[in-house]
Order: sequence, then structure tokens, then C-alpha cells
Amino acid sequence: MIWAFDLITLIFLVITAIISLQTKDLLSAAMIFGVYSFLMCLLWAGMAAVDVAFTESAVGAGVSAVFLIATVLRTTRRSSD
Amino acid sequence: MELLEALSTKFNYWIYIIIMMIGLYAMISKNNLVKKLIGMSIFQTAIILFYVSIGVKEGATIPILYHDQVHPSHGYSHHKADTGHIEDHHPSHEEIVANLLIEPDDFGNPLPHVLMLTAIVVGVATLGVGLALTQKIYRDFGSIEESEILESIKSAK
Repeated sequence: MIWAFDLITLIFLVITAIISLQTKDLLSAAMIFGVYSFLMCLLWAGMAAVDVAFTESAVGAGVSAVFLIATVLRTTRRSSD
Repeated sequence: MELLEALSTKFNYWIYIIIMMIGLYAMISKNNLVKKLIGMSIFQTAIILFYVSIGVKEGATIPILYHDQVHPSHGYSHHKADTGHIEDHHPSHEEIVANLLIEPDDFGNPLPHVLMLTAIVVGVATLGVGLALTQKIYRDFGSIEESEILESIKSAK
């Protein structure tokens, strides 16, 4: 574990989590959630958990983002909060 | 100084608490159903972050063995063949185990990783079910805002 890499990634993780919950556009919220998942994947690769990192990049950043975008396309894109 | 040390050495745990609380806040107080589900996913990844942080060791590498770590006597028999001895030495299982060069401190603990691998898959399954319910709700009520849905349920009664 490289502490500087760890620190920067964790701070960006909190920032992306807050932004994806605060933005009013649901499509951009889904995309920023994908960025959050990818940062989490980088963090786990740095913490010697490569198997978890593989799964997260495939399932978290890939499939979850696709599910969210599909739901946004089939419902509405605007959010009140 | 002690506080600074506690902040820097346990930084993963502080951030895990913060992210978990962000997710909990979103699940409780957001009005949009998709936002609630994003909050739920953030909550789940925070818990996975906690578990993976438990398995980290200082200066450890990934928990994968290389060939020369598992069969150290293999290279030795090759060396023997070069110097003229043609005897084919197959090491028994006990010999292999006795000659292992593995130091457990060199590898991160893989047990939390394996547990959390399951949790990631369960997490994406719950997200999928939640989003399917959201689409069904949108088809029935024409909205994914919680307050508007409750309003239309009330007026239908």
C-alpha cells in the first residue's frame, strides 16, 4: 500500500460520492457513480486485493453503470434533489 | 501529535465511516428513487472497503504464489543435471512442503477478499432488483419522486 496514492484516491472517492448524490441530472449521476466505482477498484488494486479489483471494475463500474443508464433512459432524467 | 498519528494511520477507516454515512444519508433523505439506490450502492462499497482494509499488511504483496516459490527443489534438480548427474529426482509432497519459501507476512490476507467478492455480486444483484422495481413504479405512477408517488397513492384511495 502506497500511502500517498491511498490518501489522494480516498479523498477523490468522497468527492465523487457527494457529487453523484448532489447533481440533479440522473445520467451524470450514473456516470459519476461509475467514476466512484473505478476509483474504488484502483484503491483495492493498491491494497493487494487484485481479485476484488477485477470484480469491481467489471461489475461495479461496468454492469451497475449500464443498469443505471438503462433505468434513466426508460424513466426520466430529471431529479428534484 | 497522537491525533495526527491516529488520523494518518487509520485513514482508511475514517474515510469508510464518512462514505458509509453519506450513503445512509442518501438512502434516508433523498426524494428520488434512483438517488436512493445510488446511496445504497455507496453504502455497500463502504463496507467492502472496511473489510478489504482489514486484510492489508505493511510491505505485503498480492496473495499469489510463483512457481519457484512452490517448487524450490525443481531448479535444484536441473542444476544437478547440468553437472553430469542424470538421476531424475522427483520430490515427494513432504519434501516440497518442507522446502517452501513462503513467509506469510509477505502476502496480504486473502480471506476478506474472498468474502467481499461475494458481497460485490450480491450488491449488484440488489441494485438490479431495485432498478427493476423503479421502472415498474414509473410505469404505474408516472414518476420516480417519492413525494409524488405517495401523493398519487393518497389521492387514489
